[in-house]
Amino acid sequence: MLNSSLLVATNIDKNFPGVKALSQVNFTLQAGQIHALLGENGAGKSTLIKCLTGAYRRDGGDILLLGKNINPKDTLDAQKLGIGTVYQEVNLLGNLSVAENMMIGRQPMRWGMINVKEMNRYSKALLSQYGLEIDTSLLLSSYSIGVQQIIAIARAVDLSGKVLILDEPTASLDSAEVKMLFGILRKLKDRGLGIVFISHFLDQVFDISDQITVLRNGQLIESVATDEIDSIDLVTMMLGYELGEENKTKHYNHSQGEPLLSFTDFGKRQKINPFNLNIAKGEVVGIAGLLGSGRTETAETLFGVTAHDSGVAKLQDKVIDLSTPRAAIANRFGFCPEDRKNDGIIGDLSVRENIILALQAQRGWAKPLPLSEQKKLCEHYIKALDIRPTDPEKPIRLLSGGNQQKVILARWLATNPQFLILDEPTRGIDVGAHAEIIRLIESLCDKGMSLLVISSELDELVAYSHRVIVVREHQHVAEIIGADISTDNIINAIAANSVEPEYVLKGAI
Amino acid sequence: MMQSRYLPLIATALIFVIAYALCYLQYPNILSTRVVGNLFTDNAFLGIAAVGMTFVIISGGIDLSIGSVIAFTGVFIAAMLANTSLHPLLVFGLALTISASFGAMMGGIIHYLQMPPFVVTLAGMFLARGMALVISTESIPVKHEFYTFIQESFYRLPGGGRITTIGALMLIVFIVGILLAHRTKFGANVFALGGGIQTSKLMGVPLASTTIGIYAISGFLAGLAGITFSLYTSAGYSLAAVGVELDAIAAVVIGGALLTGGSGFIAGTLIGVLIMGLIQTYIIFDGTLSSWWTKIVIGILLFVFIIMQKGFLLAASAPKK
Repeated sequence: MLNSSLLVATNIDKNFPGVKALSQVNFTLQAGQIHALLGENGAGKSTLIKCLTGAYRRDGGDILLLGKNINPKDTLDAQKLGIGTVYQEVNLLGNLSVAENMMIGRQPMRWGMINVKEMNRYSKALLSQYGLEIDTSLLLSSYSIGVQQIIAIARAVDLSGKVLILDEPTASLDSAEVKMLFGILRKLKDRGLGIVFISHFLDQVFDISDQITVLRNGQLIESVATDEIDSIDLVTMMLGYELGEENKTKHYNHSQGEPLLSFTDFGKRQKINPFNLNIAKGEVVGIAGLLGSGRTETAETLFGVTAHDSGVAKLQDKVIDLSTPRAAIANRFGFCPEDRKNDGIIGDLSVRENIILALQAQRGWAKPLPLSEQKKLCEHYIKALDIRPTDPEKPIRLLSGGNQQKVILARWLATNPQFLILDEPTRGIDVGAHAEIIRLIESLCDKGMSLLVISSELDELVAYSHRVIVVREHQHVAEIIGADISTDNIINAIAANSVEPEYVLKGAI
Repeated sequence: MMQSRYLPLIATALIFVIAYALCYLQYPNILSTRVVGNLFTDNAFLGIAAVGMTFVIISGGIDLSIGSVIAFTGVFIAAMLANTSLHPLLVFGLALTISASFGAMMGGIIHYLQMPPFVVTLAGMFLARGMALVISTESIPVKHEFYTFIQESFYRLPGGGRITTIGALMLIVFIVGILLAHRTKFGANVFALGGGIQTSKLMGVPLASTTIGIYAISGFLAGLAGITFSLYTSAGYSLAAVGVELDAIAAVVIGGALLTGGSGFIAGTLIGVLIMGLIQTYIIFDGTLSSWWTKIVIGILLFVFIIMQKGFLLAASAPKK
């Protein structure tokens, strides 16, 4: 077997300050194989890719390409060795012509000058092998993302020619473009190329790949042939839950009552397909789904971060405007985003300044909150949420992740919201703070606040949700209510193919 | 098929032709070879410097030092010719070496220290002006038979117009500039840099040599513009050519380049320079208008071009299948 192995990575280690991003990961790619690399956020997929392409230097382990030890010092070096990478957002230059993009640095010359005619002809001939008949003298930006993606692949294959790494190539393509791309990938595979394919779309993975490798928390979970695994096992591997674990909700009988909020046909093109959602007072609705499935998009559309382009939102039968976060806040919405560091906290401001931010914005700049009131407010929340250290003047970036999350919660609680959206509230925080945040969610809902919580920690969702919506491929596919909420049912719904298992059909959209 | 990327260039050319036609209707003499010849001669130093600026702007940078470098070169040449017996050609060679190295140094700082070009070349602007003042605060006249020889050699056009040596030099610089920008690997790299530094790096564009090369060319051409200015005025003065960098930027933008980089035309810059020269010529013909009108018209033209470019960008940001 070893002689047909194109790329073999063994015992790869990579550490970042305080984090072990990869530990003893093995990865083997055969020639003429499409190998899917799967894992949730933080699993180590992109770290592994970056180690293979030289964007990161690995801390340990060996990489063999065609049996020869390689040590790429940057992506350019990897490209010369034969490993080409194409990223989700096409890394080509829109202001150059298609031909220039494909040939830059190796343009055909005549009499000391670029032979533009030959350059255009060569690139046109190359692209026609991919079924793309286009005028390569035009600017790259005059073509659609799908075409640009294929141009990027053609360029990478022409330059490298042994290994092609595709990092979420289908994320911004429509279904026709995906089909075209897969046709090309199959052709390249027949030519003996090894292709690494990263995607969050499981059906695409099953459609195109020969082998699947799953990473979780920087560790290799398993590498199996695609036809030896089904989607439920795959999701179980990715999320790290065993089926059959007794993990059921305590919320058997939550009277649904009159909905506080109702969203009808609410959606945003290319983000999340239109969905219907009712949320009652004091209800916790959980959202489950794999990364990139549309769970964050749901939250962002509800809060107006990306304005919805279809449907209506009603607050107690009154139509409300949710086109911007400001409008959402005016309707007493709150939103703790997934990317706490970039979208949540303002690192250099103090805890106090971070807490009063939303309240002050609501009041308007002309009516500054008196300092004494700010201090009283902070004191209250620091005590109520047990934020540590208790010094409200400390820059928030110095706090731990869990305490930062509590400050952001305090920021919204200070505005007295009636509907709070939490996107991955427990990500990257330690176990103790984890439990506190879960307790907080429960006590908020006891006080009558409605919550929408997105989490990839399924047992967490099971613990506090009255209802769980499952999202897959930009669509709300299932709704699990009350006593049916269990990790098993959620996993089954996430992994389900177009045929919905009967027990999750209840309320399916 | 018409490519949309040439639209700014076509717009500039159209404006130039229309403006010239309007001037011609009022003053038919403006189309005489005499006036056209002078248009080249009078704007030679600006045109040469603007070619360098075009490369810089296409790469997404800016060079604020060129006015000062022109003045420095002029003073340097005048002082060398007055105090030594070196031949002017040798002095020119020295001046070009200094100005090109000065530009290369700024390019090196911009690349290796990751400093914004605005700040680095601003420092270069003060430095070069200061160096010129150190050499002399007074205007130094140049009296050399080689200067007289150059100034008196020209190609006579039918109708009595003259293409002077410096006018011809400018045209040569433009032709070389066009070939360098659009027909060499270096030129392609300059455009790539303007499209995005990070992406260029991933695509294997040599960032260091390209950045240094761009500012070295700009410095070299500023030095050449200084020589041209010295031949034009027969003097070196440390306070000359103040604000020429801004005129050059204006010419480049009117010529259809994007100030954000990634798109532009050397040929457009030539038309930009000629438009600015035409306005001045018109004011001289009119005789009653104040010379401030040049600035006002250029200001209006710049606004028009910025708005036009915004329009092109919006049109281009809606990609077709």
